Amino acid sequence: MQTLAPVDVVIVGSGWSGMIMGKEIASRTPLSVLVLEKGGGFRGLAAYGREMDEVDTFIRKRQAESPANGLVTTRASSRARANPIRQYGDFPWVGCGMGGSSDHWGATSPRFMPEAFEIATHLKRLHGASKLPPNNLIQDYGITWTDIEPYYTQAEEMMGTSGKAGNLNGKKIEGGNIFEGPRSREYPNPPHPMLYAPQLFAKAAKELGYHPFPMPSSTLSQSYTNPDGISRIGCQYCGHCSLFGCMVGAKASPNFTLLPIALTKKGFSVRTHCNVRRVVHKGAKAVGVIYVDDSGTEYMQPADAVVLAAWTFNNARLLMLSGIGEQYDPMTGKGTLGKNATYAVHVGLEFFLDRPQNIFMGSGGMATAIGDFGGDLGDEGAAEGALRGGLIFCYTQGDPPVISAFGVIPDGEVKQNWGGEWKNAAVKWSDRYGTFLSTENHFPYRQNYLDLDPNYKDKWGDPLLRVTMDWTDAERKQAAFISRKQVEIAKIMGAIAINPRPVPSATSGPPLMVNNHSHGGAIMGASPASSVVNPYLQHWNIHNLWVVGGSALPQGEEHLTLTVAALAYRAADAFINVYLKQPGALA
Amino acid sequence: MKRREFIELSAQGMGGLLIYSLTGRPVVANAHEGKVRVPLRFFTEKEAKVVVAACERIFPANESGPGATQAGVVVYIDHQLAGPYGTDKYRYTQPPFDESAPGYGYQGKENPQEIYRAGVQKLGDDFTELDGPKQDARLKAIEHTYFFRLLRQHTIEGMFCDPMHGGNANLIGWQLLGYPGPQMSYREQIGKYNGVPYRIKPQSLEQILGYPIHPWEDEEKG
Repeated sequence: MQTLAPVDVVIVGSGWSGMIMGKEIASRTPLSVLVLEKGGGFRGLAAYGREMDEVDTFIRKRQAESPANGLVTTRASSRARANPIRQYGDFPWVGCGMGGSSDHWGATSPRFMPEAFEIATHLKRLHGASKLPPNNLIQDYGITWTDIEPYYTQAEEMMGTSGKAGNLNGKKIEGGNIFEGPRSREYPNPPHPMLYAPQLFAKAAKELGYHPFPMPSSTLSQSYTNPDGISRIGCQYCGHCSLFGCMVGAKASPNFTLLPIALTKKGFSVRTHCNVRRVVHKGAKAVGVIYVDDSGTEYMQPADAVVLAAWTFNNARLLMLSGIGEQYDPMTGKGTLGKNATYAVHVGLEFFLDRPQNIFMGSGGMATAIGDFGGDLGDEGAAEGALRGGLIFCYTQGDPPVISAFGVIPDGEVKQNWGGEWKNAAVKWSDRYGTFLSTENHFPYRQNYLDLDPNYKDKWGDPLLRVTMDWTDAERKQAAFISRKQVEIAKIMGAIAINPRPVPSATSGPPLMVNNHSHGGAIMGASPASSVVNPYLQHWNIHNLWVVGGSALPQGEEHLTLTVAALAYRAADAFINVYLKQPGALA
Repeated sequence: MKRREFIELSAQGMGGLLIYSLTGRPVVANAHEGKVRVPLRFFTEKEAKVVVAACERIFPANESGPGATQAGVVVYIDHQLAGPYGTDKYRYTQPPFDESAPGYGYQGKENPQEIYRAGVQKLGDDFTELDGPKQDARLKAIEHTYFFRLLRQHTIEGMFCDPMHGGNANLIGWQLLGYPGPQMSYREQIGKYNGVPYRIKPQSLEQILGYPIHPWEDEEKG
């Protein structure tokens, strides 16, 4: 194996986490920074125009990680044998190539609720520990709202998030989410236009006494120049958003907002088609990474500091493969690596209207939401065992544009899902429906965790990550509660028909509880006894190893990208301002 | 060398000029005469005819507009099966295969080419000679199979795909729904058509871009 010339910092992965760390370190220090990306390079905006094809991009997912390389295995309980994800269709997708999944996201960008960071303390104070669901591993992040707020602002300004503040320095503002934590600044861009059905949603929600607001989106509503001097034009509402690269650069991506800056820095470089297999460590110090290129040749890349930013699951898996930290054991409760694996409780419905919606127009994050059930569910929820919720939001843009948006019909209207009668109904309703969704809080449990699969291996012979996860009664109660609230709004909106889905997970359920919204496995926390990284995302045992990304979140929440970006900024600040001056453990 | 197989489709379906009406009901006008011979990449002619008939039962031409035959769905499926998708080039195919556990999606060993070959055979050589209700009965009998799930999904894909993939001939599927194709901008329209249909003559990706593009299955063989 060839040993390459050492670098100061090696970063694994080029999504938001890796590129925020990379761009900040390369811009603010003289260090050499190398980003290793397992996929290919940034293909440019014209390529994204050519890729506006639903079959190749959205359905076959040509731009995503190939399932043939090995994704993950899943099972609902530790008594079962896990099976691998063999193809897309059963599993959302994993980004691959420069920008990772951050280049193909929907750009929905709410912040977490302020109490989310101290959730254990908060819930125990509110309900008492005995009212929390059995076997829960609910724990605090080790940071507070005040710690993260400036970094939320920084992330929003870098991306150019479009939205409306609902709480500006403590002052509640109608029209924004009045339940959000106090923000230090207004959103950098105004919200997107509100489409027809979301307008009806807003009106109905108000009638019920709720507080509708435009869902924040990191797709630009207008031309914008960010604090780094990056100018991008506003969204064209082409309807090819989630899973597509943005052909005008309006949707925030590390390729648009970070890579162009980083590439001007002398110490910064990127190497694509490099799949990292191990973090090499000697004692309590990381000394570099081993990666393999597409030809199968292995290289040792020495580095003074290692940053893992390789997607939630790959961060945990790389630590496991590298023998760093103690694997969590659900029987004994010992070990921290792989614990607090969570998803998000997806609850949704489809509603039908008598008027066309032009569902092919819009962008991924365009929606109208209410935050009234975005955090605590109050006495009414607690009485039925539903403690925490999520934003309820309404959208009509198909996003997917046409094929995958086809076939939504009121429940019970047709007897089978093919043939003339079905076709008539599917054609009739094809542009006359919309969707509600909530991506809610998901508590961590003792029985939900990550480890290495004993049977299935990736392309290079390394074990796949195994996800063991199932819903509990707490999620079922939560889903029933939120679904009821959703139906109530849809009725007042004047929906002709409603397809409620009062069970957790409108997208995929056990044994397939994995997606690009997965959280945990290498979580942050205040103590090495219950977490893998400290509140700065520095590994508790190896101080020159930083593990950045959704893996750090100790419980499942609302759309996580903005929070992941904020945590990466905070980690970069700690690394540059504190760690470099005196390398050692920061907590 | 394998004998080149063809499927003959009526030009009326494949190339008939469609005029889009704002009521959402497409009108076929100025249809061409005769037949077009489409070379097959994977299916035999016999198989293709069974697939044409089965897809037409899944998505028939009827009072709500054109169906699978007119859109050339069989050509779409044939191209997909001959491409990387058909041979599972990008699927995870490491053993062991456990098909008994529910909820995991398709866990089998057979690739789409093999699934279609066996599935079409099961529909029977005489499938094309049966009347509609009898064809429906045969399809009903395999409704629970993964083959049928694929056939149904691919029929929808072939109806509404970009025509570069072989289906949605003459944008017939998009006209049926009022879908304008992958337009680059609705910036002028967004928020201005509240509950009002915005319907323009659809365009394919190639028409919009103004230069030729190639789908995955043309760039890479299975």
